[in-house]
Amino acid sequence: MNSVSLIELVTQRFSEAVVSSHTWRGDQTLVLHPEGLLPVAEFVRDAPELSMGFLMDLTAVDYSTFDSAAAPGFFASSGVAVKPLSRVPDENPWPGPPKTRFVVAYHFYSLQHKHRLRLIVPVDQRSPEVDSLTPLWPGANWLEREVWDMFGIGFRGHPDLRRLLMYDEFEGHPLRKDYCVNKRQPLVQPINQQKG
Amino acid sequence: MINESFLTSRLDAAVGWARKYSIFQYPFVTACCGMEYMATACSHYDVDRFGAGLPRFSPRQADVLFVVGTISQKMAPVLTKIHAQMAEPKWVVAFGVCTCTGGFYDNYATVMGIDTIMPVDVYIPGCPPRPEMVLDGLMKLQNKIQDEHTTGNRPAPEPRPETFEV
Repeated sequence: MNSVSLIELVTQRFSEAVVSSHTWRGDQTLVLHPEGLLPVAEFVRDAPELSMGFLMDLTAVDYSTFDSAAAPGFFASSGVAVKPLSRVPDENPWPGPPKTRFVVAYHFYSLQHKHRLRLIVPVDQRSPEVDSLTPLWPGANWLEREVWDMFGIGFRGHPDLRRLLMYDEFEGHPLRKDYCVNKRQPLVQPINQQKG
Repeated sequence: MINESFLTSRLDAAVGWARKYSIFQYPFVTACCGMEYMATACSHYDVDRFGAGLPRFSPRQADVLFVVGTISQKMAPVLTKIHAQMAEPKWVVAFGVCTCTGGFYDNYATVMGIDTIMPVDVYIPGCPPRPEMVLDGLMKLQNKIQDEHTTGNRPAPEPRPETFEV
């Protein structure tokens, strides 16, 4: 099973669900319409040529500040300027950030065939919601709860969509780029600010 | 007979001496500092030489609360409850830089030093601190226990600068 054929297998069957695809050094990525996620995911799991039994990772990206301002060098205080190259010198197939604010990324691995596939689903800011994969992979349960906690992206059909990492009193979603980096929501107030 | 078997001391000093060599610690271990805590407790460094060899895993039986590792905002109510459950006299050791100041975690999830939520007696910085530093901190705590007046009150916690509000 070479790397191109995984994309082709899905694209031939779900041509209208696939927005785009790219391959980079053996990693294959499919960008899907949100409506196409569930049928594609089910196909990817059950088709004997793919048999992606293992949902390795499920996470999201907030692209709202992507490339809009010059990122400061990460180790600038140490005097070492670390600025990534603006363009990778060889042909990077990545089509660039999506038009939507968020994407949800699914990383699959087939223990049987030992191949990998990544699905990308763009998520709109106004209705940040995608279909849950928990009915297909029970391991998606906590991963989706984490994405809900950190990014505020809902999952239709999730059995128990609560915060996973932060506490219930926490307001907002801390990995969104518009969550103020200095905002603190302590459960126990600092002792010099406690009343009484 | 009484001339040769006679010893005088201040009661404070005697009680302080007894207390400082019978530290029952409650290890509140949350993160990687726990490895150094274990190294200190085990036979190479042997915290039992200082009379602190018996961790009690009930706060009701403990004298010293060792807060070992990063404390998240979600964990903070648990920690304050543990601290409130301990009987007086009690002391608190901030073990590692995360419990001292928050360390490099300046983010939405982490308590920026447990002294923002409870009084701390000894700070042991380091990421993680070496066992020698832990023993040094323990000896400093022993000195503090020795000097404490058994009848006296704990000093009021020092007021701290206000935290940054957005």
